[in-house]
Amino acid sequence: MFFGLSEEQEQFHDYVKKFLTDNVTVDEIRKIASGEDVALQQEIYGGLINLGINALLVPEEHGGLGADLLSAVAVAQGLGAGVGPIPFAGAYVMAPIALNLAGSEAQKKKYLSQIVSNETKFGVGLSEYVAAREDAGIDLSGDKANGKALFVIDGDEADYFLLANKGGVLFLVDAKDQGVEVTKLTSVDKTRSYLELTLKNVIAEVLPESEKNPEIAKKVLDAGRIIFAADSLGASESMIEKAVSYAKERKQFNRVIGSFQAVKHMCAEMASDLEPCYAMLWQAAHSFDHSPEEARLQACQAKSHISEVAKMVSKKATEVHGGMGFTDLLGLHYWFKRIGLNRQLLGGPELIREEAAEIQGFNQ
Amino acid sequence: MDLNYGAEYDDFRKDVQAFCKEYQGVSFKSESNDNEMSDALSGSSVNKKAAKEVTRSEWQKILIEKGFIARAIPKEYGGYGGETDIIKSRIIATEFSKAKVPGGMGGQGIDMLVPTLLEWGTEEQKQQYIRPTLHGEMIWCQGYSEPNAGSDLASLQTKAELIDGNWVINGQKIWTSTAQYSQMMFCLVRTEPEASKHAGISFILIPMETPGIEIRPLVDMTLKAGFNEVFFDDVTVPEENIVAKRGEGWSVANSVLGHERGSLADPNATMNRLNTLINMMKEQTIDGRRLIDIPSYRDRLMQVQGKVMASQAHSLRLLSSKINPGQNVKLGGMIQKLVGTELRHELEGLAIDVLGEIGTLYEDSPYLKEDGSFQFTYMYFLGLIIGGGTNQIQKNIISERGLGMPKEPKVTEAS
Ligand SMILES: Cc1cc2nc3c(=O)[nH]c(=O)nc-3n(C[C@H](O)[C@H](O)[C@H](O)COP(=O)(O)OP(=O)(O)OC[C@H]3O[C@@H](n4cnc5c(N)ncnc54)[C@H](O)[C@@H]3O)c2cc1C
Repeated sequence: MFFGLSEEQEQFHDYVKKFLTDNVTVDEIRKIASGEDVALQQEIYGGLINLGINALLVPEEHGGLGADLLSAVAVAQGLGAGVGPIPFAGAYVMAPIALNLAGSEAQKKKYLSQIVSNETKFGVGLSEYVAAREDAGIDLSGDKANGKALFVIDGDEADYFLLANKGGVLFLVDAKDQGVEVTKLTSVDKTRSYLELTLKNVIAEVLPESEKNPEIAKKVLDAGRIIFAADSLGASESMIEKAVSYAKERKQFNRVIGSFQAVKHMCAEMASDLEPCYAMLWQAAHSFDHSPEEARLQACQAKSHISEVAKMVSKKATEVHGGMGFTDLLGLHYWFKRIGLNRQLLGGPELIREEAAEIQGFNQ
Repeated sequence: MDLNYGAEYDDFRKDVQAFCKEYQGVSFKSESNDNEMSDALSGSSVNKKAAKEVTRSEWQKILIEKGFIARAIPKEYGGYGGETDIIKSRIIATEFSKAKVPGGMGGQGIDMLVPTLLEWGTEEQKQQYIRPTLHGEMIWCQGYSEPNAGSDLASLQTKAELIDGNWVINGQKIWTSTAQYSQMMFCLVRTEPEASKHAGISFILIPMETPGIEIRPLVDMTLKAGFNEVFFDDVTVPEENIVAKRGEGWSVANSVLGHERGSLADPNATMNRLNTLINMMKEQTIDGRRLIDIPSYRDRLMQVQGKVMASQAHSLRLLSSKINPGQNVKLGGMIQKLVGTELRHELEGLAIDVLGEIGTLYEDSPYLKEDGSFQFTYMYFLGLIIGGGTNQIQKNIISERGLGMPKEPKVTEAS
């Protein structure tokens, strides 16, 4: 029995975290967030692709690494820790899982190998499937899609978009299709992209298994939620590390502020609420591949619980830094905002808890 | 990640399951009326109309014989005489909890004194005390806290002087749980007044029948006399009742504090209580609506469930760290008392909230749900948030030893 990340997964995680700490300072994050330094973002993106994060979940028969979701979680923790300004949850987790579970043999062959070679990039929009806001929603009839998809992730350079209708039918649209209109949405978290798509008679390439089995869309959703939970956990871990080390250096009243109990107790509360989240997250990821009967509930609870803990951490860690925590100078807010975005993506905690109750048959 | 314990444990699990089946619904011959509440605390439920009735002490012996408790304690001291195997312990705890079969006795003798004696005791002490303690025939209380030495335990003043081969003890203890039912006390006393605060303390075993001991029960907020004041007036015990050397009492006490803190909030018990709460929310109604169908209640339930699931997973990770050397979860162990007691208090409090006015009933109202155990346990866990090192002290420990933050500067002159 071994409960935790394997040595390999641990190394993967440490590498991503270190890569970002070494290569992406707060100054650089700022330049990327303001759109000032696109080349730099490409360089970072390239560095992580070299590590193979795109090939992670693609099965070996299509040239990928055939890893399980827990390995992707290890990467996502590292990306959250370093506010990695690159696509991941949609492009390299949800898209390959959707293609692999719902694609025809021909689709798998074509697209999965292109994910591995990084020739083809996927943006992902499942917001309409989870909870369509007014003005949004997608109609799929035959091979034509119409409507509007909001909050599409990882779509900046996408060649295709993976979307779903309310019934959980997954389909691809070509970004070059004339009927696809792409508008950028500005969110608080400028380290990741966020799009609105308007679809007018766009050709939809349906992933056929998702029509037959509505569980597949849920599975894709579970994976995305687990990855966003992992990202928030990594971001929280970094925020605690920053708060603790700042508290050991900053002096007031002739003492380091870390010797004040009010400060120590905030740090202890952050650490002790976050600590059990590791096991919860890893268990959910493990169940995703190995215990399907427990997986949905665990994915929902991991996303909602970790979102709550992360929100608390992002607040307290900022407070520990005093005025400095509030400045753009220190850049702590990039982590704060990353956690803020993750919390809402693919369903906020309240919505997901309703789903968790439903899975258990609690709300009739 | 590998959640399999291995095939060698499958047979063992089957044995445990068979045992649980055989003893499903076992109940205890009433020795004290505290059983019901202690069942609520441990999350087990004892069938009152059960066919099988045993005394607690008989039950202890059955469990030891099977190796379900006292597993790694040598036979000569009354244990099972096996190897420590924490996976087996985990299987036992899980299966007992699932089947709601009561586990072995807890308490300060079994949880704290026995491990202390195994580590520090003389051969005579082990022979004399461990067997009756394991069999539930010798109940112990813990005499640490004093009126002026609570969180700052090392400032304790109860003194023991060695006079003619006997320790003569004078002073007072307080908050001593179960002192009124106990045969023995393990006690921290000051034996070296010249030495520094921590180096002047010794660990002494005191029979409660010794003349000069006066016990005054203190009623706690649950309206039970859960703890006591204990006064010592020239209480005389033989020199050999000291455990370890003079002045080593602080080290002795600290070596087993972890045992107590770990045992205060068992995740299996918390899971069982969550299930009890869920069932109750499906049965009880307001205006004909099930409590679980009320969205705000349901949302709080789901929040608590998330925390319970996290702590269950966390306990698996801790287990894993014990069998896989090199897996580092230092902070993971330190948070257990804080997180576990707060969670349990929150869970029981939620049950009261969803019951509304009914949730305020206590002791013997006809409308009581679950024998009123939600109110009792809600209050009891507030006691555990304070006892065993308050949760503020836990936060000091987590920040100082876990996160490496500086200690409070010493105040030279108290005002
Ligand atoms: C249910 C229960 C059972 C108990 N059973 C036993 C028993 O069997 N045997 C036994 O010896 N004792 C027992 N105790 C005593 C228990 O160990 C003490 O109550 C506890 O250690 C706190 O000490 P105190 O009550 O003197 O509170 P105090 O130490 O006076 O604490 C009062 C408040 O000050 C805070 N405080 C104190 N020091 C600090 C600090 N350094 N930093 C931050 N905050 C601080 C505390 O957190 C608390 O909020 C029991 C207590 C309870 C509640």
